[in-house]
Amino acid sequence: MSAPVRTAPRPVLALPLIGWRRRPWRLVERNVLAYRRIWYIFLSGFLEPLLFLLSIGIGVGKLVGDLNVGGHLVPYRSFVAPGLLAIAAMTGSLLDTTFNFFVKMKYSHTYDAVLASPLSPRDVAVGEITWALIRGATYSGAFLLTMLAFGDLRSAWSIVALPGAVLIGFGFAGVGLAATTYMRSFVDFDYVNMAMIPLFLFSATFFPLSRYPAGLQAVIRFTPLYQGVVLERSLVLGDLHWTLLIHAAYLLAMGLLGLRVASKRIGLLLQP
Amino acid sequence: MTMPVVAARSLTKRFGAFVAVDGIDFEIAPGEAFGFLGPNGAGKTSTMRMIGCVSPRTSGELRVLGLDPAESGADIRGRIGVVPQEDNLDTELTVWDNLMIYGRYFDLPRADIRERAAELLEFVQLSDRRDSKVDPLSGGMKRRLTIARSLINRPEALLLDEPTTGLDPQARHLLWDRLYQLKRSGVTLVLTTHYMDEAEQLCDRLVIMDNAKIVAEGPPRKLIADSVTREVVEVRLPLDADTAFEAARLKRFGDRTEPLADRVLVYTDDGDATMHAAVDEGFGADSMFVRRASLEDVFLILTGRTLED
Ligand SMILES: Nc1ncnc2c1ncn2[C@@H]1O[C@H](COP(=O)(O)OP(=O)(O)OP(=O)(O)O)[C@@H](O)[C@H]1O
Ligand SMILES: [Mg+2]
Repeated sequence: MSAPVRTAPRPVLALPLIGWRRRPWRLVERNVLAYRRIWYIFLSGFLEPLLFLLSIGIGVGKLVGDLNVGGHLVPYRSFVAPGLLAIAAMTGSLLDTTFNFFVKMKYSHTYDAVLASPLSPRDVAVGEITWALIRGATYSGAFLLTMLAFGDLRSAWSIVALPGAVLIGFGFAGVGLAATTYMRSFVDFDYVNMAMIPLFLFSATFFPLSRYPAGLQAVIRFTPLYQGVVLERSLVLGDLHWTLLIHAAYLLAMGLLGLRVASKRIGLLLQP
Repeated sequence: MTMPVVAARSLTKRFGAFVAVDGIDFEIAPGEAFGFLGPNGAGKTSTMRMIGCVSPRTSGELRVLGLDPAESGADIRGRIGVVPQEDNLDTELTVWDNLMIYGRYFDLPRADIRERAAELLEFVQLSDRRDSKVDPLSGGMKRRLTIARSLINRPEALLLDEPTTGLDPQARHLLWDRLYQLKRSGVTLVLTTHYMDEAEQLCDRLVIMDNAKIVAEGPPRKLIADSVTREVVEVRLPLDADTAFEAARLKRFGDRTEPLADRVLVYTDDGDATMHAAVDEGFGADSMFVRRASLEDVFLILTGRTLED
């Protein structure tokens, strides 16, 4: 026989229950609980950019030699490392805002349960993005330490490269989340890959923008990952210019727009 | 007069042009066990979701705990518990963590949740499964865990959407027992069901929904007494029989008849007398038996259909 359960209302739950600022953190807490047992899947996020740095930075670097950036000669490895950092920030933030988010929303019905509590669709969006940024920031932080060890942080402004990586993460997390709310099945994730591969290759990540054909250059200037690459490369190499603010604003706007659309769509989909 | 826990007036829900809930009125008093009974697609879940503040109403008035869900959704959700029709336990977490994190969604301190979670696992007899993942649990266990989860915030009202559908009789009785206990402790229960016996057992009062509308309202026994005779004779006929024709023939033995696919129901206040009269007159049937009138009969008489249709 079980113990009697006291269920009569208690004044403990007097309003307001939970501040809106704190609410999204509950979702972060949930993800910590969920990942606690499978922490090792985090490792790939650390290893991937590192392997790239070793193979491309050092391997390809031997063949390419030094590059002229803003009047300074830098080794190819130092040139490509901030590009890889921007890529890591992008992919790191997309893991939990695209595929994993989709599974939780459509198949596990995780958010249906969440939304029956005081949390709102916006809390879900902010919570998942926050989590993605924390995860992304760990990867970026570790990669920055590696860069430090290789001597690839060539300016004191490098300290801003971590917030920069979080900003890149925010831009992509917001848009990733919003885009995922429009996906109907796993097949649609091929579009995510189709969008990511050209960004990965053609965002001045591996070559300076000037090496691309002029027409393509104009297009690249407007693509999202390019903003992040320029931002990180300038900070790390100390090649500062006020136009960096435009790149930062681009990423911020991207994240805010994504957050807005995602919050709205989550409400429409899960609270019809 | 005390404030109703839920009050609805002309409550309406449309999905595009489709009307899922069509201007229904009802009030649920504190401490009451209130049921929504109706066939598939009647609009029970749509109504429950509006009460649970996870689906905005299209029109009409709705107050839950005196508050308007359109304005105070988060506050209301913080004070009620919800057992949805489909289990949505967090499959990435253990039984224990499911309760812990759910308490956190309600902003409860961890120490309180721990104490409460242990108490609730005991209550639903799942203490020995606390470190298990959710997937290996049986359907009945998942349902019990969902109920435990819904109680983590000590809700003033509990919304249960088909709490026992798909469970075996033993699991159902365990759940009913727990729901009784909750009711005794003062929690308002709002539940939907397809099951007559569940509605009769658990509900102080219920509404019967059909086609997005409420077709009857009242305490179960009163609904039966008001619209049906005391007893029913079920006359089972061979498969090739014309039940409408046989119903007409059986009419004179009772107050009214309802032909179904394979049988005719004869409504009467004295089942034995009716049955014997029919047998004495040589009425041929595969079998005949007498039973007490139920909510199923109320539904049949009001809508001309069975609940399973
Ligand atoms: N999100 C939605 N979009 C469109 N139609 C919907 C939606 N949700 C429910 N409906 C429709 O509204 C009607 C009522 O559905 P509801 O789920 O409320 O019925 P129910 O009484 O709970 O049925 P059941 O006993 O099968 O659970 C159904 O015809 C259903 O198809
Ligand atoms: Mg339903």
